[in-house]
Formats: sequence, structure tokens, C-alpha cells
Amino acid sequence: MTPRLGDVTTLDEVRLSDVTSSEASLRQFLHGLPAVDHVGAEARAAGLATRSIKTTAKQFAIDLAISMIDLTTLEGQDTPGKVRAMCSKAQRPDPSDPTVPPVAAVCVYPDLVATARAALGSSTVKVASVATGFPSGRTSLQVKQADTREAVADGADEVDMVIDRGAFLAGHYGQVFEEIAAVKEACGDAHLKVILETGELSTYDNVRRASWLVMLAGADVIKTSTGKVAPAATLPVTLVMLEAVRDFRDTTGRQIGVKPAGGIRATKDAIRYLVLVNETAGEDWLAPEWFRFGASSLLNDLLMQRQKMITGRYAGPDYFTLD
Amino acid sequence: MTKFEYAPAPESRAIVDIKSSYGLFIGGRFVDPTQGTSFKSVNPATEEVLAEIAEAGREDVDAAVSAARTAYTKTWSSLSGRDRGKYLFRIARIIQERSRELAVLESIDNGKPIRESRDADIPQVAAHFFYYAGWADKLNYAGFGTNPQPYGVAGQIIPWNFPLLMLAWKIAPALATGNTVVLKPAETTPLSALLFAEICQQAELPPGVVNIITGAGDTGQMLVEHPDVDKIAFTGSTEVGKAIARSVAGTSKKATLELGGKAANVVFDDAPLDQAVEGIVSGIFFNQGHVCCAGSRLLVQESVYDDVLARLKRRLTTLRVGDPLDKNTDVGAINSAEQLARIRELSDVGESEGAERWSPPCELPDRGFWFPPTVFTGVSQAHRIAREEIFGPVLSVLTFRTPAEAVEKANNTPYGLSAGVWTDKGSRILWMSQQLRAGVVWANTFNKFDPSSPFGGYKESGYGREGGRHGLEAYLKVGEAA
Repeated sequence: MTPRLGDVTTLDEVRLSDVTSSEASLRQFLHGLPAVDHVGAEARAAGLATRSIKTTAKQFAIDLAISMIDLTTLEGQDTPGKVRAMCSKAQRPDPSDPTVPPVAAVCVYPDLVATARAALGSSTVKVASVATGFPSGRTSLQVKQADTREAVADGADEVDMVIDRGAFLAGHYGQVFEEIAAVKEACGDAHLKVILETGELSTYDNVRRASWLVMLAGADVIKTSTGKVAPAATLPVTLVMLEAVRDFRDTTGRQIGVKPAGGIRATKDAIRYLVLVNETAGEDWLAPEWFRFGASSLLNDLLMQRQKMITGRYAGPDYFTLD
Repeated sequence: MTKFEYAPAPESRAIVDIKSSYGLFIGGRFVDPTQGTSFKSVNPATEEVLAEIAEAGREDVDAAVSAARTAYTKTWSSLSGRDRGKYLFRIARIIQERSRELAVLESIDNGKPIRESRDADIPQVAAHFFYYAGWADKLNYAGFGTNPQPYGVAGQIIPWNFPLLMLAWKIAPALATGNTVVLKPAETTPLSALLFAEICQQAELPPGVVNIITGAGDTGQMLVEHPDVDKIAFTGSTEVGKAIARSVAGTSKKATLELGGKAANVVFDDAPLDQAVEGIVSGIFFNQGHVCCAGSRLLVQESVYDDVLARLKRRLTTLRVGDPLDKNTDVGAINSAEQLARIRELSDVGESEGAERWSPPCELPDRGFWFPPTVFTGVSQAHRIAREEIFGPVLSVLTFRTPAEAVEKANNTPYGLSAGVWTDKGSRILWMSQQLRAGVVWANTFNKFDPSSPFGGYKESGYGREGGRHGLEAYLKVGEAA
């Protein structure tokens, strides 16, 4: 639906390495990106939120949203038992209905990666682990790399790292860049999702710059939030990030995923995000490889709405498992 | 086949009861026209006939003006401002209560998307009545002297692009200031004004304070030339506006005219580009471009021209053209066959004059009046599509090199209703707004309206202001011995 601007990439490998060669050139590049008008961005997100998704379109969206969920538990009270239960739900979200697709991944703390890996066995559901001193990221680079290596060694397919917001806000873009590149290296073959923690970046200009910075540094997916800071994911923030991945592909030829996380609880919210993806980055991003929801309670609402569409009535919450 | 196909999401039209025929609303009642002639109102999206509408002749115009005069002398002029405000508040609340009905009716009769009638037109209508209701008892403090007086009977003629909103812009300030009105809606979109007449009855507005007569240009001319009308307020084409100005010249009648436009939407190289693209889209494709203040001339700084055009074209491929009652429709139907013919004619002229025409791939319905969103590039100031108001979903793109050239090109038009400026630089916004000869200058936005903000033109875009405190002045004897 949404065509690319052209096949000509304006940032080839050589020019990319120019941009990232020094703190000064990186700063010049990031500050040269088109500005984001706060009011206009929010108005556009609000406008797209009025799309009315009904019947067949809603069925399609619900199943797609389920398949895009990173089913998440990131609590101090997490235990192997809790993680095993979540893994079982991730593979078969609705035990009464085998046509429900599995979710994309489970997302846990590094010490529970091995448990999740064992519980998921040969399932298609991926294991994602937060790392790098999640959620604040206030540890040394050595600790971040060790954290990452351990998670990957224990079987994580995907690593969700946090950026050093303090360094970003202080304008030390090179430091943020180097850190991501180092963690990317520690990831090996594992996919790297980089959390911007947009609630702490505050402005959309910062969100756009941070998105480009982490994409240049090697992120496979850019993610909004840890879920530990309010506001977490919002539609306008996700809009700005979707514009960034769209423009990044147009200029470099490389496609990057997007993951809003935190605060997405209802089916209608999830559908609004999918509309945003469809009309901003385009349908190439409408797949679990390129768009994820970091969520936990969203899944049950999607299951409830899905069942309602099939049976015509709502079942009570007790009919959906709490794992 | 697209991956995520939005299923049809039609708004139900069951909420609206369209009668098979409508009379004239004179003296608080619906009456048949003296001569008994009528015309048809058509749904432009389907060409279905919606209703037979009475055509007001000379006797009917006389009767309406006389009803307005009687209401003015007997009741309305002696009511306190607070009591007038009470009626206006009541009307505003009823409009909110019946907003869905009004929105559906407006979309059926006009062809505009329900998303716009629901989210823009009708909320603005209610807001306008609320706003002027608040002024009714505060006129002594509006800056027009200690006891400003109304003119008496106002004759008001409105266009078809925002039927009910233009009615609100006319009736709300007129009533708040103590005038009574005879209003003529456009002949292609009379239905929401006739529903408004029912709302006046529901609000128990004294008979004759609002009279609504339907008809075409002849009816309008009779109203303009009527000797007992004190004030004319017109929104519409510059051609008709000039005729009205000639007609009232040398009489004691006052006139405010809100006419055509050919607004420049100026995008500088430091603009927030994604939002500028949204502003370009809403500037020219909102309401199918049937907007007098539409941003129909896009002026892009040459250094970002390729980028802006690529972004704009990509964005236009996501526009959804079709059934106005579908909640996901972005661009609806052209209001009439006549208007469609004009848009086609001017677009063909654009092509023959050498501009390059582009439209996104879109399927248009078989029946009804439709025109695809269209962009002309390679347009110069000399092209007719850069000078004449097309009043349709057609954008002419021009370029500039320096701020001075942008100003020169933007002002190089007989019109001066609105303009847009897109830049991240605050000082440039202020400088541009001082240079641009336009009644409204939007900065990093476009087509934003608020009842508290005055609206009106420079040059051939008309004179007088509507909206805000300034809008009161159009209906008050200001600077005259009361």
C-alpha cells in the first residue's frame, strides 16, 4: 500500500560510516533530521485513532495482534513457576481454541531465560530477555555485555537492552552509540531490541534522534519503553518511531522493527497501533518480525474479543486463563 | 490486494428522517411557497433525489423579511441580552444532543465524509452558538461603545461547502447582537438548514427571529435587493460577492462578504516535514478541497522539494476516497455535477498549460460525482491553476528559493483569505505573518478554526470579519449615532 520513496539509497555503507565516525558528525547528522512538530504529530496519531475497524478487518487485526505479542513478566516476584505457566500460555493462548495463533515471544529477566527456554522446547515462540542493567541501564559497559552474553548463552533469541538516557540527554551520542554497538556484538546471532525509554526522553525530537542513533548503531528493533516509567508507549511516540524506521529503510535499505511496550491493555488500543503501522510505515511492517507489542494483560482482552466475534457473546473473565 | 483491508464501516442513516418535501420556514412555521415551484436536493455520492425543496419567490421573500421585521420590533429587540443568550445556549445544547443526526444529514446532502461532519463541522457549529451565546449579555463590554445597537433585519446567504457551519457563523452572532435573520442556504445543500429550523421550533425561539428560505441565485438576489433588509452577510464566490457589493452600493445597507481564496501553503526547508505533509493534505483535501481558505497553492523551498513531493505522494496513496457515510472515508463526493465540471475543466487547462498531473491510484464509485485527489507539479504563477480558485481536491505545487520570493509569490494573487507557514524557526513565522496579505495565517498547521478567532479576507477575498469579538462588529451599528 505504501510505496517506498525509491530504490536509491542515499546512505550507503561508506556514508554511514562517515556519519558515525565521530561524535561531531553524529551530532550534526542527528540534529539535521527534520523536526517533529509536537501538536501536528499528536493530531495525526489522534486522527488515525478514529479509524473504524470492523468485522473481517477486526478478525484479521486481532489474530495479527496476538501473533505480535511479547508476553512479558518483569517483576521482582517472578519465579520459575510463573515463567513456565506463561510459556505454556504463550504457545496455546486459548486452550479451548487451537486456531488461536501463538504469541511471538516471552520476555523475562536474564536469570529466567534458561527456564523459559526449557519450557518452550521446540516451539516457534521466541525467548526474549531484558539485559544491560534493565530498567535503568546504570551499570558499566562490562556488566551490560556480561548480562547480555549470559542471557544469550542461556538460550535467548532476542535481547531487549536499554539505552543510557543520561548520556543521551547530556548529548553524549557517541557514548550511547558505542554502547549499543558493543552490546550488539555481545548478542551474536540474537536479535537486538533497543529500548529508548521515551517517557524519559520527553520530546518527539529526542525520540526521532534516538531512533536514528540506535538504528545506526545496529539495533534490529526499536522499542519505546521498559514499562517501568510513565508514560510508556503512546500512539504519537510510536508514530514518530514508525516514521523513523520508514525513512531509515528508504535511506539505507535496511528494515528495522518497532515495539511499543507498556500500557497497551485493550484490543481497541492494539488495533489503533496496527492502523498506525499500516498507514505510516506500511504493510511490510504488519508481521511479527517487524512489529511487536510488549504486553501482558492485552492478550486476554484480545482472546475475549476474538471469542466474542465468533460466538456473538462475551464470556466472563474466568473463561480466560490468568497465566 | 492489501494485507490489512478495512471492512466497510458505514454510519447508519436510520437516525435521520428526510421528508419527501420541504416548505419555507417563515414566522416560525413551515409554509408552502406562494407560487408553488420547487427543486430537488440530490445526494452527490449516489445521485439519489433526497427531497423536493420549495423555491421562494418574491412574495415569499417579502413574507420572510416582514416576519423578521415584526419579530425584531415586537420581541427580539426588546429582549434583554441575557434572554437572547438563553435561547442561543438552548440551541447550542440541542445541536449537541442531535449532533449525530445533523452529521449524517450533512454528509448525505453535501457528500463530505462522516468523519469530518462528525468531528469538525457539527462540533464547530455547537461551539459557535455557545461562544456567541456568551456574548449576548456582554455587548456593552465588547469595545463597541456603551450600548451598541443591532441593525435590524439581516439577510444572509451561505454556500454549500459547510452548510450548517456557515449557518452558525451567520445566525449565532446576528442573534446574539439582537438582529433577526432571513437566511438562504445553497440550493444543493438546504437540508441541514431546514433541520435547524426544526431546532429553532424545539428551542421555542420566538417566531420570525430566524426565517429560512430556500432557492437558487434569483431568490438570493431578491433577498439582497429587498428594501427592508438592513444588513447583508454573504459567503460564496467572488463573482457573486461583487454583484452584491454593486447592488448594495448607494443604499443604507451594510454588507460583509467572505469570498474566494487561493491560499499559499509555504513550506520552508527547516519545516517539520512529516507534519507539513499532513498540513498540505488537510489544507487541500479536507472537505474535497471545497474550502474557501484551502491551501490550494503549495509553495515549497526548492532545497526540500524532492523530499516533500515524495512524502506527499506516498501519503496520498493512503487517502481513502468513497462512500461519505463510511467512517474510514477521507475524501468524499464532489458536491454537484456543476462543480465537478468546473474542477475537470480547470484541471484539463492545467494539463494543457504544461503542468504535470498526478493522482494516487484510487477506484472511484460508478454513480455520483467524484474527482480523485490530484497534484499538479511544474506549475508557475502564470498558470490558471495557480491563479483561479478550483474549489476541489486539486493542489498546484510551485517552488521558491528565498523567504522574500515566497512572500512575493504568496501575495501575488487577487485573493487574500488565508495562508500557511511551515518552519521550525519562530522568528520566521512572525516575520511571514507580517508580510503575508491574508486574513488568517496558520503557522505549522492548517484549516484550524475556533469560534473565538476572527476570519475574513484581504483584497478580493472579501471584507468584514466573522468569529470572535470582531464578528460582533458586523452586526452592530458601530461609530454611528444610536
